[in-house]
Formats: sequence, structure tokens, C-alpha cells
Amino acid sequence: MSETENRAVIEMREVSVGAMRDIGSVVLEDVNWSVAPGEFCIVAGPEQSGKSDFLMLTAGLMAPVKGECRLFGTETRVFGEAKLVERLHVGLVFAGGQLFNHLTIGENVALPLQYHHDLPPGEAAREVEALLELLELTALADLKPSSVGANWCQRVALARALILRPMLLLLDDPLAGLGMRHLHWWLRFLDQLSRGHHWCAGRPMTIVATTDDLRPWRSPNRKFALLRDKRFFPLGSWNEIESANDPVVRELLAVPLETTI
Amino acid sequence: MRENLAKAFSLTDTQWFRRAALPKSYTDFLGRKLFLFLLTLQGLAAFALITLGVLLRKFRTARNVIRPRIRQEIVRAGVALLPMFLFVALALGFLIVGQTVSALAQVGATEYLGSTMVIVVVRELGPLLAAMLVLARVGTAHVIELGTARALGEIEALEALGIDPVHYLIVPRVIGMALGVFALTVYLIIGALASGYLFTFLQNVPMTPGDYFKQITEALGWLDFVLLALKTIAFGFFIAIVTCYHGLAQPLRLEDVSRVAVRAVSQGVIVCVLIDALFILLYLIR
Repeated sequence: MSETENRAVIEMREVSVGAMRDIGSVVLEDVNWSVAPGEFCIVAGPEQSGKSDFLMLTAGLMAPVKGECRLFGTETRVFGEAKLVERLHVGLVFAGGQLFNHLTIGENVALPLQYHHDLPPGEAAREVEALLELLELTALADLKPSSVGANWCQRVALARALILRPMLLLLDDPLAGLGMRHLHWWLRFLDQLSRGHHWCAGRPMTIVATTDDLRPWRSPNRKFALLRDKRFFPLGSWNEIESANDPVVRELLAVPLETTI
Repeated sequence: MRENLAKAFSLTDTQWFRRAALPKSYTDFLGRKLFLFLLTLQGLAAFALITLGVLLRKFRTARNVIRPRIRQEIVRAGVALLPMFLFVALALGFLIVGQTVSALAQVGATEYLGSTMVIVVVRELGPLLAAMLVLARVGTAHVIELGTARALGEIEALEALGIDPVHYLIVPRVIGMALGVFALTVYLIIGALASGYLFTFLQNVPMTPGDYFKQITEALGWLDFVLLALKTIAFGFFIAIVTCYHGLAQPLRLEDVSRVAVRAVSQGVIVCVLIDALFILLYLIR
């Protein structure tokens, strides 16, 4: 493999993470973390532990308060328009979707493609239709987000993040509040993406997801980390999670089953 | 990008001033109001410069996305308001122009008709009334739409997709409103002058349509056309800047949106009056 292919997708050194809504406050300190290409990482933490802020920083939407964060070898402190190409390698799915309410589902998915490739609506349609079909969203294409349920909105947000075929997919609590059918679909689809889906030309996608419930993510192929008391703890594989004595990990594993599934 | 925007809008500073405890004295109160005014002014100026910069720098970026949005905004701030402006033009003509013409005719001062009409309708009332109506109808909608989008996290979603929120959301609104106010003012003036003559005709004022419009055209100079265009475009530009600034930069929660909409409309009125005063000075020093 070439050096570029081996290079870590995400590298953090001594990073302090600020709050998205309050730039002055710090929610995480001294984060040292590295994600290799193709890895599937789950970052767990209780409510208000800074998961979303951590993910926003990882996506390059804000600079670290302290330390160095690199995506594809590029420092995210200067991850603005000058580094747009690198930025477009990152797909971000917000908790709740955060779709554009003035656009239809189809237009929501098409927008990044049209904007960055300057395509008229007709030319983007073929690719958008293919992705909508892949994500079983074709029937919803002409509806506004307010007309469809939260489960489907979350899936539309995934489609919007995938339309530019990113190399890194970041998901903020993607399984929260999903029905059983949708939950299984998500786990299966993310697993396919991680192993290499034809949508991304068979290239294994690097995935980072946050969660406050570890149980649905049980898998030997995923790496886990924990956010607790403003600190970041790499935990390793699922076996290490199960044997961990950390009370927060036990709590994240002991959420009553019926509240999430 | 987010840090730069927050700094430019002085968001944290203005929030601190707004949410601070009640002042202890009148001087504290005035001082706080003054600082708040200066911070708002700074934020508006920075936002206007950012918007102008993006408008020029990204003139050719994503034209297939931005041009349809500009057309939508022109329809919203211009074409869609035509029926209302027709009604207002008729009312303005009947209430002000017609009465002025008949009053001048009664005292035998019809030779001042042209200059009076140009000063009242073309220079002052037409542009200002058009700007106020567009502010009320479209400016308020801008604040609510952008404020809601901001509160629901749509702005972060745009940034995550590598789409500049100022380019996608603000530039079309600014262009649409500038062109909308300009076009509507022209229609309003023509409609008011025409309906004004209709009113004088109904009141049997002895004046032919030829004399009426000849007097008006003779009173109009080339500077009136230039300043009318500049003034109305400035009205549209700054109304869009004020309303978009408050919608995009300020509210972070849904419950803030209605309060910010009221503030934006008040500041929009003040900005329009200040621009109007600036143009009066230009007329005076001519």
C-alpha cells in the first residue's frame, strides 16, 4: 500500500474540544486519537459528555481550542474553503438529520452534488435517483422533510452525506429513536459501507459514530472509545468493552433494552 | 469558518449586553444602549462586507444553484408584491397627488406642480414607501426563515456539506431584494402619478394630461434617475442585510425568533430613514 493509503484518516494530538454553541467553554481535554483508513469506530458517552461537539470538531466544522487535529493529513484549524476538496471527503450525518425544510427530499440529496459540480437539476437527477433507490427513499423524493417521519429523515440525511461519495462518514447518534426495522437496516447498511459498498466503488469507508447506548453496536469488527469527565478513553474492541469495569461503560451497556430497540 | 462568522457578528458580545442584569442608573442604561448600538453597527457592517465579498468572489460559483434562487427571490420581493403595490399606488395617487394637484389649481400655482410631484413622490415618498412595504412583507419573512433554519441547525448542515451559507442563503436574498425594491418603486411612482391625474380629472381641475406629464418630466433631472436607482438599490440591499443578519447571526433558539424579527424590522426602518437622510444631503449639496 502507498503512504497516502496508509495515512491515518483522523489524527488528534493533545486536542481540547470547545462547545459548538459556546466557543469559550471546553468539553473535552487532551484527546489523543488516531483512526486508520477503513476502521469503524464507535465513540460512546453519556448525555452532555460532548459527543456532538467532538464529532463537529472531527468534521472540521470548528477548530480545536488546543492541540492539533488532522483529517487526511490536513490540519482542521485551516479546514476552510481553501481545503474544500479534503472537506468534501467527509460526510456528516447530524442527530435528527437537520434537513433543509424548504427543499424536497430529492432536492436535499441533490443539493451538494449540484452546488459543488455546478449541475442543472436534470443532470444530477440520475445519480440522486440511484442513491434514493439504494436507500429505499424513491417514494419520498417529492415530499418535504416535514411530511415524513423522523426515521426516514435520518435516512435522508445519510443519503445527503453519501451523495458526494465521502471517504470518511461521521454519524452523530444515528440509531437514536429508530424503530426496530430502521435500526436493523442502518446496522446492515453501515456494515456494508464499512466493508466496501458498490456506491463507493467497493472502497471500505472509514466510519465514526457516536452513541449513548453501546448494545446495538456489538461487533468484533468495531473499535470503541469512551467520553467521560471531559476525557477521551480509547477502549479497543467489543471484548474489552464487555470486560471493562468502568461504571460509565457498564451504564452504557445496561440501558433497559426496550428504550432503544 | 464558524469562528470567523461568530467574531464578525460579535455574537457573544451582543448577547452579553442583552442578557446582563438591569442597569443601576440612567447613565449605565444609556452606556449599555450605546455599546449595544455600536456592536450592532459593527456586526451589520461586517456582515455587509462579508456578503459583498462573497457576492464578488463567488460570482461564477454554482450558478446552476444560485441563479434559480435569485429568480425566486426576485419573484418574492418584486413580482409577487405587484398587486399590493398597484393598490398602494392608486391610494397614494388619490390621497396625496390628486389632492395636491387640486389644491395647487385652487390657488393658481399649477406651475409648481412638476417640482412638487418630483420632490414628494419621486424623491421621497415613493422609494421610502416601497422600502417599508418590502421590509414588512419580505424582510420579516427573511428573519423568520433564517432564524428558524439557524435554530434547527440547517446552517451547520450547509457548512458540513461545504456550502457557504452566505453564498447560498444571503446573496440571492440581497440581490432579489435590491432589484425588487428598485422595480417596485418605479411601478409605484408611475402608478401614483397616473392615478393622481385621474383624481384631478374627476375633480374637474382644468389641466390636460399633456400639461400634467410635461410639467413632471420637465422637473425631472438626470440626477433624479441616478439617485432614485441608487437609493432604491441601497434600500433593498440594506433591508436584506439587516434582516438576514438578525436571522442568520443572532437567534440560536426557536423562542428567540419572534423577538429578533421585531428587532430586525425596527432596525430596518431606522436604516431606511438614515439612507433617506443621506440622499437628501446629496440632493442639497448638488
